Amino acid sequence: MKKVGNHKSFSRIFFSLALTLSLSLVSYAQDAASADAPVADAAATAPATAGDAVKGKELFNANCAACHKLDAKSTGPALRNVAAKYDKEWLYKWIRNSGELIKSGDAQAVKVFEENNKVAMTAFPQLSNEDIDNILAYTSEVAPTVTPPGPEKQVNENGDSSGISNNIILGALALVLMMLVVMLFLVSNVLNKIAKANGIEVAQKEKSLPLWKAFVKNQFLLVVSAILFLLVSAYFAYGWFMQIGVDQGYEPIQPIHYSHRIHAGENGIDCKYCHSAARVSKHSNIPSLNVCMNCHKNISEVAESTATEEYSKAFYDGEIEKLYAAVGWDKATQSYTGKTSPVKWVRIHNLPDFVYFNHSQHVAVAGVECQTCHGPVEEMEIMSQHSPLTMGWCINCHRETNVKVEDNEYYKKMHEELSKKYGVSQLTAAQMGGLECGKCHY
Amino acid sequence: MASNKKYWKSVEELNESSSIVETLRSNEFVEQIPVDEFLGDKENLSSSSTSRRDFLKYVGFSTAAASLAACEGPVVKSIPYVLQPEQIIPGVADYYATTIADGFDFANILIKTREGRPIKVENNNLEGARSGANARVHASVLSLYDSLRLKQPKINQKDSDWKAVTAKIKSSLQEAQAKGESVVVLTNTMASPSTDALLSSLMAKYPNVKHVVYDAVSESNALDAFQAVYGVRGLANYDFSKSDVIVSIGADFLGDWQGGGFDAGYAQGRIPKNGKMSKHIQIEANLSLAGAKADKRIPLTIANQKQALVKIYNVISGATVGTTKIDKYEADVLKAAQQLKAAGTKGVLVCGIDDVDAQMLTLAINNQIASEAFNPSNAILTRKGNAKEVNQLVSDLKAGKVHTLIMNGVNPVYTLPNAKEFVEGLKKTKLSVAFSMKEDETALVSNIAAAAPHYLESWGDVALTRGNYSIQQPTINPLFDTKQFQEVLLALTDNTSSYHDYLKSSSAGSLNGKSWNQTVHDGFATSEASALTATSADYTASAVKLAQSKSTNLDLVLYTKVGLGDGQQANNPWLQEFPDPITRVSWDNYVTISKKDAEKYKLENWNVANGGLNGSYADIKVGNTTLKNVPVIIQPGQAVGTIGLAFGYGKKEAMKAEMQVGVNAYELYANLNANQSATISKASGEHEFACVQLQKTLMGRGDIIKETTLSTFVKEYENSEVWNPTPMVSLDHKEVPATSVDLWESFDRSTGHHFNLSIDLNACTGCGACVIACHAENNVPVVGKSEVRRSRDMHWLRIDRYYSSQETFAGDVELKESASGLMDNINTLSAMEDPSENPQIAFQPVMCQHCNHAPCETVCPVAATSHSRQGQNHMAYNRCVGTRYCANNCPYKVRRFNWFLYNKNSEFDYHMNDDLGRMVLNPDVNVRSRGVMEKCSMCIQMTQKTILDAKRDGRAIKDGEFQTACSAACTSGAMIFGDVNDKESKVAKLAEDKRMYHLLEHIGTKPNVFYHVKVTNDKEKI
Repeated sequence: MKKVGNHKSFSRIFFSLALTLSLSLVSYAQDAASADAPVADAAATAPATAGDAVKGKELFNANCAACHKLDAKSTGPALRNVAAKYDKEWLYKWIRNSGELIKSGDAQAVKVFEENNKVAMTAFPQLSNEDIDNILAYTSEVAPTVTPPGPEKQVNENGDSSGISNNIILGALALVLMMLVVMLFLVSNVLNKIAKANGIEVAQKEKSLPLWKAFVKNQFLLVVSAILFLLVSAYFAYGWFMQIGVDQGYEPIQPIHYSHRIHAGENGIDCKYCHSAARVSKHSNIPSLNVCMNCHKNISEVAESTATEEYSKAFYDGEIEKLYAAVGWDKATQSYTGKTSPVKWVRIHNLPDFVYFNHSQHVAVAGVECQTCHGPVEEMEIMSQHSPLTMGWCINCHRETNVKVEDNEYYKKMHEELSKKYGVSQLTAAQMGGLECGKCHY
Repeated sequence: MASNKKYWKSVEELNESSSIVETLRSNEFVEQIPVDEFLGDKENLSSSSTSRRDFLKYVGFSTAAASLAACEGPVVKSIPYVLQPEQIIPGVADYYATTIADGFDFANILIKTREGRPIKVENNNLEGARSGANARVHASVLSLYDSLRLKQPKINQKDSDWKAVTAKIKSSLQEAQAKGESVVVLTNTMASPSTDALLSSLMAKYPNVKHVVYDAVSESNALDAFQAVYGVRGLANYDFSKSDVIVSIGADFLGDWQGGGFDAGYAQGRIPKNGKMSKHIQIEANLSLAGAKADKRIPLTIANQKQALVKIYNVISGATVGTTKIDKYEADVLKAAQQLKAAGTKGVLVCGIDDVDAQMLTLAINNQIASEAFNPSNAILTRKGNAKEVNQLVSDLKAGKVHTLIMNGVNPVYTLPNAKEFVEGLKKTKLSVAFSMKEDETALVSNIAAAAPHYLESWGDVALTRGNYSIQQPTINPLFDTKQFQEVLLALTDNTSSYHDYLKSSSAGSLNGKSWNQTVHDGFATSEASALTATSADYTASAVKLAQSKSTNLDLVLYTKVGLGDGQQANNPWLQEFPDPITRVSWDNYVTISKKDAEKYKLENWNVANGGLNGSYADIKVGNTTLKNVPVIIQPGQAVGTIGLAFGYGKKEAMKAEMQVGVNAYELYANLNANQSATISKASGEHEFACVQLQKTLMGRGDIIKETTLSTFVKEYENSEVWNPTPMVSLDHKEVPATSVDLWESFDRSTGHHFNLSIDLNACTGCGACVIACHAENNVPVVGKSEVRRSRDMHWLRIDRYYSSQETFAGDVELKESASGLMDNINTLSAMEDPSENPQIAFQPVMCQHCNHAPCETVCPVAATSHSRQGQNHMAYNRCVGTRYCANNCPYKVRRFNWFLYNKNSEFDYHMNDDLGRMVLNPDVNVRSRGVMEKCSMCIQMTQKTILDAKRDGRAIKDGEFQTACSAACTSGAMIFGDVNDKESKVAKLAEDKRMYHLLEHIGTKPNVFYHVKVTNDKEKI
């Protein structure tokens, strides 16, 4: 019988699907477990040294990390297994006061000094032998074998906490829903067939006038809906025209993927550290590359934890490489090559020429937070235009914002007189003349 | 009524039976239109894949696509520095002190730079600076960005490099030395101690090198006289603020006479204080700026000027040199001499007659009266040219005696009267080198065209006067592959140090205790000039020689205009469009002639229907040289028997086509003497001028320029209604003061700032520095000659010039009021359109008056122009739709309409059309587009910046901090800007002054610009 066959085939599909789903869950869990394994292994196989590696790490980060890395050359040489290279007593002396050691003519010291571009190392007389031992213990740890992070792995590692990523759950649910629809269709088909087979006549309803024909015949309804349609389309057309030239949400691809989230968010760097001109100038400058190099001279790669689902560590490190290429920084020799190629950023906030806007007025005088206009920059992975930058938007703010007159000698007299005139103690920018055309258009 | 007249178009039509007429009548088109050819072929038509519907679809779609694409914003790139210089903050201007020294203009100035680009010249207001930047100095920043500059050195017109150039010069010098032949270094007046030192070390190495100084516009005679008396090649310095009586004979000391820069001192004495002001008598041929400001102006020919000088000398010294009578003005001259004598040490005489004897007498007279204003010790060193040596050089060149000629900063092929001989001689040299910013006439015929940098790209030192040592510092990296003359000199003398180092070490003795850094920061160092004493000279012999001078047929007085000067900045569109303060003609030079002479030679000026001024052409002949087709301007005040012609025009090389205007007056500059005997004859054709002011007189409307005499002013000081009447209007059939009537409620402007601009008509000399400063500050476009002729000039600030129809303006008012009856009135008024033969002259700078009740605001349909609480009338360009109602309703006619797009438009090929020229634009001010009205904003970008700076520093604003471009450029102190709500400010006090009046006060516009009544000194006794 055909219909029975139908039933069977459907249930087979359903069950096999459920099976696959549950199996895949198990396999993901296993993957997660295996990813954890190497770390534990590394810890176990670390060679026992005299010092405490955990304390050493703390000290290393506090004192040494500014100039040294474990596995790469920075201002100073890489320090992995430095204890094996040099005599411990010599190392004590060197770390406490390398300058003295070089001056005394110690051959090894002079050699090290010269190998490293003759950059003198800061003296650390406060470190005890025990401290140094701890640091050396830390530097003697075997480097964790880092498997090259493929994109799939990324997903897995981040999927740890929730088990299965949301996408998969949603996909499964969609599938189930689809199957239910198919099932419904099949059931009704089967029922129809049964009815046919049993010779039951399904009563056909008398066809009434279709809805659309009734609608067409009703003149009044037609006119009203035409008017409505025109009004609605006019409304949308107006809205569309008004957004021309308003680039709210403009999020261009930049030549270097610069993440405000990492810099302003995670690292909490003040906006005006880089955009320093905002305090004194009408422009909030795009920082010159030498400002980037203040930090990136030492930071040539991001921490593992910086990487996200979307952007891997390798990706971010590659972007830092782009900076080095632009500024002409040779990582190997830790020096500038002089070959530069200025970065052509895509400008996001494009105020028209006929508007005069001054950052320092808002930032330095009024003390407006950058985020007031630029939005939660510290959360933006890719910078985008947060505000519409329309005149209405400016004007609204000027109407609502009180002028910061406290402790400003300039406003003193004016504020006294104006507040007397308006009978208020606080004055908005508008009341101070902030709505006059010529204040922004000249 | 039916007419039986028959109209016909051609003779053929009269022939009734003509077949041609028949065909024409029956056919709509004369020729058959081949419609059938492309519509008849049905098969082809139907097989075509494009139907008419399709065609319309395509048109519709492409239009929609194009308009949609236009909605897409462009992608703007921002490129920050890789390594940002510490002192450059994008958006913040830096100022550098430097000194302009181009051989003609010299001044201590400040340069405003933005993002490393010099964009504006400001006065250096430090105590002791020799500032006083004129219109040309203000415009010089645009010459830096001249797109026709020489971009690299050239040898024989082929691009080369500096190594080859230096090697070639060096080998030529060595060759000349070996052969014992002469080498000449021909420079303009550099007034540079370090360059002089370099030249002497060059001469020490190559003893056959000779240095000749050549000024295009020569002061050789004055220099010779001064040198004869004081032993120093320089010019006497004058401080006019120290004199009560100023007598000038042919010296336009408010213009370019002896380098100029005297306006500040002059204006100081011209503002009546405690009932006193200086008396200024001007004896001259051309109507000059100084003549326009004089209390008494005596127009005389050169010969008569010389007689006048001797007469004055007789009166002062008691000598009795016989003179001939000056017919009409004898009494006036003698009166002037008496006044000068009476003033004693408080008098001064200056002289511009280009004659050694006249200059000797000038020194004698000033010494005789022991004039306080006369200061020979602090002599001016910015003119050193020697006409005799230059003439000698030309004959040496012609004789083939010069082996190598090295030129710097001069363009003799353009500026020498005997340029042909010079070129001939130049070809006989083995090597000729021209250090030049342009590939000009001289550079083109020289072997080497050495690309020289602009002064804003150069180091240098300048001794402006004997007590001044100024530093020139670069404000931008050289734009092109240029090298300073001094650097090449260093290379020629095998000196390996850079010129900067050389300059620094050679300056050590001149800094008078200031450090090098401080001197560079200030731009100058001053020291007390050692006293110079006059040696005795035979002045009487000079007087006798002068007294023998006789009138020639027609005296030609060559002069420089405040716009173009000696013509080295002729490719500067700002200066070309700058209207001459006297004639108000831009884009031209012309011969000025008195009305009487014009009638004699049948020369005419007339206005045509489009408002343009036309004039005849004339040929001028001096000696054997004829200058053909010189346009004629009939100049009121021009002395009968004299004509005037300005230098600086008629330049052809390294000039944009639009800027090749005028005739070259240097051709008539025989023996480098500005006074020539000439003949003039009418030539055919008519010339079209670009004159911005057609009306010449005030027609007795005393309320536009209010003017009074010093005696009335002193006598009726308390009762100012006598000389500064408030206009009356009728209200409810009663006469009431116009100031008491108000149509509108006034805004409350008592809080915050309220800006006012004060303009003193006594101090304004009409020099026009403000006009150019306004151009630079506000990105005012240049529109070109034909647009100016159509009255479409864009100057935000104009300086109106008015002549009186009678002897004085007061006479005009009297005459107008005395007329009675319709016919009499008509006759009187039409007669008053013509200025007097020797009129009184007044200058009036007019910009937007920023009316509190502005007529323009009420008529704008889109509220593009509106009023601010600070007193400024705002103009929102982006809002303007270009109805021009505002311009029509403006009683002051100060609004300017952008008839065309003036930037990035090849139809207007001036600085805004090339990338280089646009670098001068002020980034804080919008560049206006086509169809938009614009006008003076009272430099709102500057006042806003001052306010913002104070807010950021958290301090109150001091008086003097608020400035506009014009008030900052005004060295004579005629324009004072400030906040009248600050009761202690200068401008608030000026607003309360009894001399204060508003322009067209009876209209009730309540302007924020006010003027001060002009007072002329009518006192005969001091």
